[in-house]
Amino acid sequence: MLRLEPRRSPSQAMVWLTPILAVLATMIAGGGLFMALGKDPVDAIYTIFVDPLLDPYSLPEIFVKAAPLILIAIGLSYGFRAGIWNIGAEGQFIMGAIAGAAVGLAFYGTAGVWLLPLMALAGIVAGYLWAMIPALLRVKFGTNEILVSLMLVYVADQFLRAMVNGPLRNPQGFNFPESRLFHDSAQLPILFDGTRVHLGVAIAVIIALIAALILSRHIIGYNVRLMGSAPRAAMFSGVKPPRMVIFCLGLSGALAGLAGLFEAAGPMGQLTPTLPQGYGFTAIIVAFLGRLNPLGIIAAGFVMALTYIGGENAQLALGLPKAAISVFQGMLLFFLLGLDIFVRYRIAPKRREVA
Amino acid sequence: MDFSALDPLALIVSLIIAATPLVLAATGELVVEKSGVLNLGVEGMMIMGAVIGFIVSVEIGNPVLGFAGAALASAALALIFGFLTQVLLSNQVATGLALTLFGLGLAALLGQSYTGIRPPSTGDVFPEALSTVPVIGPLLFSYDWVVYFALIMVGAVWWFLNKTRGGLILRAVGEGHDAAHALGYRVVAIRMAAIAFGGALAGMGGAYLSLVRVPQWSEGMTAGIGWIALAIVVFASWKPGRVILGAWLFGGVTILQLNIQAANLNILGILALALAGVAVVMLLVQIRSLTRHKVIQIVMVFSFALLALVLALSWPDFRLDSAYLSMTPYLTTIIVLVALSGDKTRRALNAPASLGRVFHASA
Repeated sequence: MLRLEPRRSPSQAMVWLTPILAVLATMIAGGGLFMALGKDPVDAIYTIFVDPLLDPYSLPEIFVKAAPLILIAIGLSYGFRAGIWNIGAEGQFIMGAIAGAAVGLAFYGTAGVWLLPLMALAGIVAGYLWAMIPALLRVKFGTNEILVSLMLVYVADQFLRAMVNGPLRNPQGFNFPESRLFHDSAQLPILFDGTRVHLGVAIAVIIALIAALILSRHIIGYNVRLMGSAPRAAMFSGVKPPRMVIFCLGLSGALAGLAGLFEAAGPMGQLTPTLPQGYGFTAIIVAFLGRLNPLGIIAAGFVMALTYIGGENAQLALGLPKAAISVFQGMLLFFLLGLDIFVRYRIAPKRREVA
Repeated sequence: MDFSALDPLALIVSLIIAATPLVLAATGELVVEKSGVLNLGVEGMMIMGAVIGFIVSVEIGNPVLGFAGAALASAALALIFGFLTQVLLSNQVATGLALTLFGLGLAALLGQSYTGIRPPSTGDVFPEALSTVPVIGPLLFSYDWVVYFALIMVGAVWWFLNKTRGGLILRAVGEGHDAAHALGYRVVAIRMAAIAFGGALAGMGGAYLSLVRVPQWSEGMTAGIGWIALAIVVFASWKPGRVILGAWLFGGVTILQLNIQAANLNILGILALALAGVAVVMLLVQIRSLTRHKVIQIVMVFSFALLALVLALSWPDFRLDSAYLSMTPYLTTIIVLVALSGDKTRRALNAPASLGRVFHASA
């Protein structure tokens, strides 16, 4: 018989090996899934994971998809490390998009380089404030932040519907529930001609690098890590849990709000009810796949974006159903969490215990 | 104001139907949490139940088998969660989330060719003669078997947890898994059983949505009901009887807002009524332990109700986008969670002490 034996300290090799193993395991299990759907598994996996990298149209799209995932996951990772679970990034994403879009539409037709920064600020503030609801309720009343932040996703979604049906609806849009298309000054500049890669992609990567620096070098990052691995020790060293809750939820809310604004002012170019694509939830997978480490999250964000783009291609080329990719991504998180055991435990043959 | 569009009897009947998925899912999750496991995957298990129940019912033509299939499928899905958290010792919060994401995806995949179909109907239990008796008939005898099953299940769970040895052991595991292990109880096996039971009930709750409540299959149709079920367990302070109360509260809010949307009523007047109702419930629940602080709270809620009433009377044509009404079940959940978590001592007494903690025998 085999048994689990705790390691003295977490295995660093395993910390980075498990995400790779999880991706491989998901490919195998996913191949089985695609076979069950009557598709050639090798062909499907190739279409999802390799084709987009070779295709000049798909490659830049990976960057466009990865940007919001990375931004949101960076924010979530701080909280997840400290045991603060913001599950409502999707809601903060929507509120950021609404606030940023409202600013852009308020100055409709006004040219100026100041407009985009103002929109970004509005997005950040809106996401931050939306995240402050679960944060303050937890600090003041001890309310569970998981449930509150999640409920607020549905509230934000309805709020978006009300906005595009009311104040922000395109006056010339034949009553379609959509905003106007943003004018040029309110759209994110494109980095490479002929693609949709916008400034937000670069900003997302820069923010991830800053987050990595803060996590490893700054006292805030140290406190976040301490709070996660030894909450009692953190309290003795002067870390105040309420402040940590507000910081972590606020940070993830602000970044999710920024990501929402980038999505509205970037690839979408307007506010529509179809803006929320579930990035706030997929980012949870990205955060874990990246081992809650900002650099890992950059890589994980690109892998996850690859499955999105590859999945879309497979829909067209192989007729693979859209939902198959969600299953695929869910499986990935399962494998990741399951394999995680090798970080803290090793498998050893069962010894006979001395009586 | 015109309330003729709201027939109280019909409202109560549809309230009880709307509450049934919540009663089922929350009762299941209550047992899971009593065993010390926090399974946040209720939403995923419910939607799996919704799709499997629907497919089985449509293909075989028998809704009872549909419910059975839903229970089995969701229990199987829950056991993935159980394997990961109990055997591979993964984080319960993260794994529960994974279960929800996976369940939503898998259900969408399985159900894609089943949209727009009507399922075979689940008939009422009692003969029509009984259910047409004035007032009592529709209130007591006009439901399908699942409604009664759900209520019986709550009673059965209460009896099991409080009156049987098995229930005592389950609670012991939830209160202190190391002590229970030291006494020779098989912590992992007991928790796995609880997780599977919770999954089965969540699956039936989901199937009730797609087979009776809606009745149709559409992607993401659970729309947060699984999460509300989790909130109800907290609301109920881990007591089965109160699960019914919580589920009816949310069922009532859902039904009321749907009817207000349909009848296009003045929302301010409704708000006044709702707040007055909340104040009365607060008063009744806490009547035995009223402190000055609580009295102030209740008076505040009541004065908000009066304020809303004044606004409604001075602004009778006020109408709101229906999207705002659709928010109310979720906002109610938040408000209820806040109202309850203020009482920290009671929560600490009732919450299972080992809830969410990882158990490893050699540690």
